[in-house]
Amino acid sequence: MPRAAKPKALPAQAAFSIRALTVSYGEKPAIISIDADFPKAAMSAIIGPNGAGKSTLLKASLGLIPRLSGLVCVADTPLDQALARIAYVPQRASIDWDFPATVLDVVQMGLYRKVGLLGRLSGQMTQRARACLDRVGMVDLLDRQIGQLSGGQQQRVFLARALAQDADLYLLDEPLAGVDAATERTVMDVLKGLRKDGKAIVAVHHDLATVQDYFDHVLLLNVRKIAEGSIAKAFTAETLNNAYGGRLSARHVKELIPNRGKA
Amino acid sequence: MGAEFVQFSLTPILIGTLAAIACALPGNFLILRREALIGDAISHVVLPGIVVAFLITGTVAAIPMLLGAAAAAITAVVLIEVVKRLGRIEPGAAMGVVFTTMFAGGVLLLEQTDTSSVHLDVEHALMGNLESLIWLRATGWQSLLDPQALAGLPPELGRMAAACATIAILITLFWRWLKIATFDADFAQTLGIPVKLLSFGLVVTAAIAAVAAFDAVGSIIVIAMFICPPAAARLMTNSLAAQAAWSVGFATIAAMMGYVLAGYGPLWFGGANAVNAAGMIAAVSGLILGLACLFSPERS
Repeated sequence: MPRAAKPKALPAQAAFSIRALTVSYGEKPAIISIDADFPKAAMSAIIGPNGAGKSTLLKASLGLIPRLSGLVCVADTPLDQALARIAYVPQRASIDWDFPATVLDVVQMGLYRKVGLLGRLSGQMTQRARACLDRVGMVDLLDRQIGQLSGGQQQRVFLARALAQDADLYLLDEPLAGVDAATERTVMDVLKGLRKDGKAIVAVHHDLATVQDYFDHVLLLNVRKIAEGSIAKAFTAETLNNAYGGRLSARHVKELIPNRGKA
Repeated sequence: MGAEFVQFSLTPILIGTLAAIACALPGNFLILRREALIGDAISHVVLPGIVVAFLITGTVAAIPMLLGAAAAAITAVVLIEVVKRLGRIEPGAAMGVVFTTMFAGGVLLLEQTDTSSVHLDVEHALMGNLESLIWLRATGWQSLLDPQALAGLPPELGRMAAACATIAILITLFWRWLKIATFDADFAQTLGIPVKLLSFGLVVTAAIAAVAAFDAVGSIIVIAMFICPPAAARLMTNSLAAQAAWSVGFATIAAMMGYVLAGYGPLWFGGANAVNAAGMIAAVSGLILGLACLFSPERS
């Protein structure tokens, strides 16, 4: 696999850095030479239209799909040596929820790095899993078969599994897609708590209306990188028009970014 | 149940049960991964391997046949991956292409070459010869403690027991990996679990079960046992560990009941001859799955 040379200067405050990441499905490029730096103790959103390559970026950066080029670092460590510090939350729909497991079973999967292949799940470990479920408000349902959960409850279980991993960097693929309002609040509260503890959060996000309220930092993407930086700098009428082409009306853009004219 | 049972029924029942369990255990993961047909595929593709082994060695000895079967199974697994990747088609279609082609090749080889002098034919390959795996040297239950009689046990019993034990140990050792990777392969990979190698290992384990069982009982049991007991077990529980335990139970019941029904069932209904045991075992496992579909607690 061709790789870009290790860049000389990664920003010191970056929790997660991507350099020259290119992925192609057959002949068709999915993302082209993406560079990005996601800051520590912050919530970052990856946004862009459908088919822009948002999930692809996340998966390719983790090595889940093959990349044509690219280098990925967690803080200053190459990704393959830093996997233990990452918690990945896939899209809810990527999983067969008919699998024979309970809510507690799934959260205990997040403890794998601590117990290993053959280690015993001690009472202390189970206690930990319960505490993670408590943080997402699901501790009462820990014996429930996962197939019987609502979409929002499934998303909370996934978040609890990520919490059990006790990572420094949380990568979430559409954590708010198709969830109820209560779950959205819970998920955001938990993520804000993580930010307060100095963790970095990077989420693929689809709802432009909430970007300003929820996130500190954005990466705007449409196969190529359109813009990157703080909300004030990178989430503007111009960058949105560049990313979405004509798909957003002028009024819609104005609604998304109401106060910039006055500022 | 005296000396006659020990002589004529004990060893076939044991071999049938061990074969059923050896297939049912990996079958649990194969059905959850939507790869249940891989067992079917493997049990078919071993035929050309066995024929080629016979052509090379000129005997029907067990070891070359097993090696040939194993080589064919691994060739098939690799070919399925190649067809899947190069053709960009779904796994089911790739398996279908590879296993029908290889099985057809095996049948052609069998027809075109001079294997008529030995007991090697398509019917044998499908149904096995479970009824012939008897323990003639036994004189009764006390023979279980008699070293001389024990030496006369059919060699298939030892081979099947070894394969079954190997599979049970492998599944137990890698349980946590298999569970996480089967539920959420992407997540498993971010945990550093070698997901691709694990999938390959599971298929190789299924191949060990298929080849060992093929040697003793033919491919009908293999196909049925990879799918029916785990599928019925899935309907009984929502816990993976309990599902595996149920599947072992169902496999055992199917093997024992199937053998007894095949041997004595027709006589109860006034028939003159016993029917094929492997076929009856497979039929009973299908019946168990049917009953589970109708009456189990977790059916949906």
